[in-house]
Amino acid sequence: LPASELTKYCLTFLGHEVLMFEALREAMIEEMTLDPTVCMIGEDVGDYGGSYKVSKGLSEMFGDLRVLDTPIAENSFTGMGIGAAMKGLRPVVEGMNMGFLLLAYNQISNNCGMLPYTSGGQFKIPIVIRGPGGVGRQLGAEHSQRLESYFQSIPGIQMVACSTPYNAKGLLKAAIRSDNPVVLFEHVLLYNLKEKIPDEEYICCLEEAEMVRPGSQLTILTYSRMRYHVMQAVKTLVNKGYDPEVIDIRSLKPFDLHTIGNSIKKTHRVLIVEECMRTGGIGASLRSAIIDNFWDELDARPVCLSSQDVPTPYAATLEDATVVQPAQIVAAVEEICQS
Amino acid sequence: SPPSAPVPRHRIPQIPLNPARASRASPAMAAAILRRLSPAAAQRAPPRLLPPTLARGVSDSTEPLTVETSVPFTSHIVDPPSRDVSTTPRELAAAFRDMALMRRAEIAADSLYKAKLIRGFCHLYDGQEAVAVGMEAAITRRDAIITAYRDHCLYLARGGDLVAAFAELMGRVDGCSRGKGGSMHFYKKDANFYGGHGIVGAQVPLGCGLAFAQRYRKEGTVTFDLYGDGAANQGQLFEALNMAALWKLPVILVCENNHYGMGTAEWKASKSPAYYKRGDYVPGLKVDGMDFLAVKQACKFAKEHVLENGPIILEMDTYRYHGHSMSDPGSTYRTRDEIAGIRQERDPIERVRKLLLTHDLATAQELKDMEKEIRKEVDTAIAKAKESPMPDTSELFKNVYVNDCGLESFGVDRKVVRTVLP
Repeated sequence: LPASELTKYCLTFLGHEVLMFEALREAMIEEMTLDPTVCMIGEDVGDYGGSYKVSKGLSEMFGDLRVLDTPIAENSFTGMGIGAAMKGLRPVVEGMNMGFLLLAYNQISNNCGMLPYTSGGQFKIPIVIRGPGGVGRQLGAEHSQRLESYFQSIPGIQMVACSTPYNAKGLLKAAIRSDNPVVLFEHVLLYNLKEKIPDEEYICCLEEAEMVRPGSQLTILTYSRMRYHVMQAVKTLVNKGYDPEVIDIRSLKPFDLHTIGNSIKKTHRVLIVEECMRTGGIGASLRSAIIDNFWDELDARPVCLSSQDVPTPYAATLEDATVVQPAQIVAAVEEICQS
Repeated sequence: SPPSAPVPRHRIPQIPLNPARASRASPAMAAAILRRLSPAAAQRAPPRLLPPTLARGVSDSTEPLTVETSVPFTSHIVDPPSRDVSTTPRELAAAFRDMALMRRAEIAADSLYKAKLIRGFCHLYDGQEAVAVGMEAAITRRDAIITAYRDHCLYLARGGDLVAAFAELMGRVDGCSRGKGGSMHFYKKDANFYGGHGIVGAQVPLGCGLAFAQRYRKEGTVTFDLYGDGAANQGQLFEALNMAALWKLPVILVCENNHYGMGTAEWKASKSPAYYKRGDYVPGLKVDGMDFLAVKQACKFAKEHVLENGPIILEMDTYRYHGHSMSDPGSTYRTRDEIAGIRQERDPIERVRKLLLTHDLATAQELKDMEKEIRKEVDTAIAKAKESPMPDTSELFKNVYVNDCGLESFGVDRKVVRTVLP
């Protein structure tokens, strides 16, 4: 059995049930207990327990220097986290919403991403920058941003997106242990997902994709919340007789072309479903990488379904039209398989 | 062979000479001293190896000496330190040597830039040497320093290698950042020198982060976070200062006020040019940044202060003779008279030279000889740096990531395809 299937099998009988934010919290507690240089920096992470309760109770456990409540100064506290990382600490910087981290873009791009290179390898920046992003429920344009594409080109950082409590905990632990700067994208609507996760310690590989549903007819590549839209569409597709293979790519930079490539070699058709912006998004880069590397394996044009290049509207109907819906996924799969 | 009769001396040595220092006196210098001291000795060929007492030259004493700073300190919500600075002849001589080396290195960089061996941006520090050298005199290598792009002399003050500095400026592989950083990205991790940053003001939060790590680990050391009068108007400075004051981080914000933010004079950019007062609830001290001893006193005071009380701002009133960078002539927004006037009245090296001469710690000729030696040292370093090769193309992808996964290429397709360079 592939590893993911085996895990699912074991999880049925062992482990404990958690919500996604609790899984992240468990990861933080475990890493902070293991390594005294791991600390958390962000707005309202201390006494308030985090705006999504990820750090609830942590400041009582570890003290308020290790779980640092900052003033509202994203640029500076991200810069401070990077400076602390230069000097040997392993900070986890929480952006209350990924959109706020745009204010810290200079620090993330120029200092975080570039310092190991411009210093000729003298410094490493083992920082984790995490926070919720993505389109929520009518949160308005500025709080519903899809910023994976904005950070994608920064040389020197790694980007991962979690989608289940299992991979959230595993990826956060791996990100904290990695010596490279990692940006972990969480999603506002996934914090209350429930899943059973193992009791014993485990880590997910930062550069690996996750096989969600093996299949033979076409490969659907997705990440974060769109995984659930895809699985909903897959229910309809299976009833119609299709057999899609669904892969949650998890690692947005670099892509796990090993898993993706093997899948394309098997199915010869690919559909990318993402919540990122169409222009210059993760899907755009992934489509290019697939064409460059697996052109000979493809029987049809690789299709990419992304969200629209608009600020997320407030009205519910318009907001739904901004992101990819299961019906669109079903239609796209039918079109690809017929071609 | 050493002379048999004792030669007349105008200085009686108080303490034995440090042998390491004696070895630095060159035969030429020794010969010059001999000629001055004894006409008879001048008739003989200069001996190859002089005994320590005769190779003495510039005073090496560690007897304390008190000197008054040029102007008293002005302070904001703190009691200023005393104007009387305790120093030693050895310290003054070392300061002279270090500042003269920095001056010579920066002038040499100017020539290299004009010869197109250094490209891009090159921001020179000549005129401001006292800040770098005074700071070093007050602290240890365990304290951290971070600065912006005018970093060549800070790197040298932290013990940086002259050859590595010139090699980096010329983009050679033996540079301190392996040729990949350039003029604005000098770092020296083992000496706690954190660079070397191109974006104005971005280093200020980084410096507060260094201080945070120092406090987190209870190291008992401090961070000197340098920025300019131009960067003083950056919002992130006030954000970082607020956090440093909230958490009592051991950070000293040092504003190197050379009165011009590139081409903009400070009165045109800042509503309040009293940068030492801008901390509001954070104490500040205004220091004559062209006075080595004042800088040393202020930095010593600041270090003791922040370990107890949290951040402090030091405004160093200094001046740069060159323009903002080598692309800026430096004379379109200020007059040549102003530059010449400051060079005449406030030059940091001349000030220390005067101190050495008036306190009879060295003669003018000895100091000139020292400068000649320094010139040679810099020229040798440049020649050696020129021999270093350009980095190989394999360096292009090194150090983008820490290679903890054994991965080799750095695009999106890292695992399957190894990037082939055009």
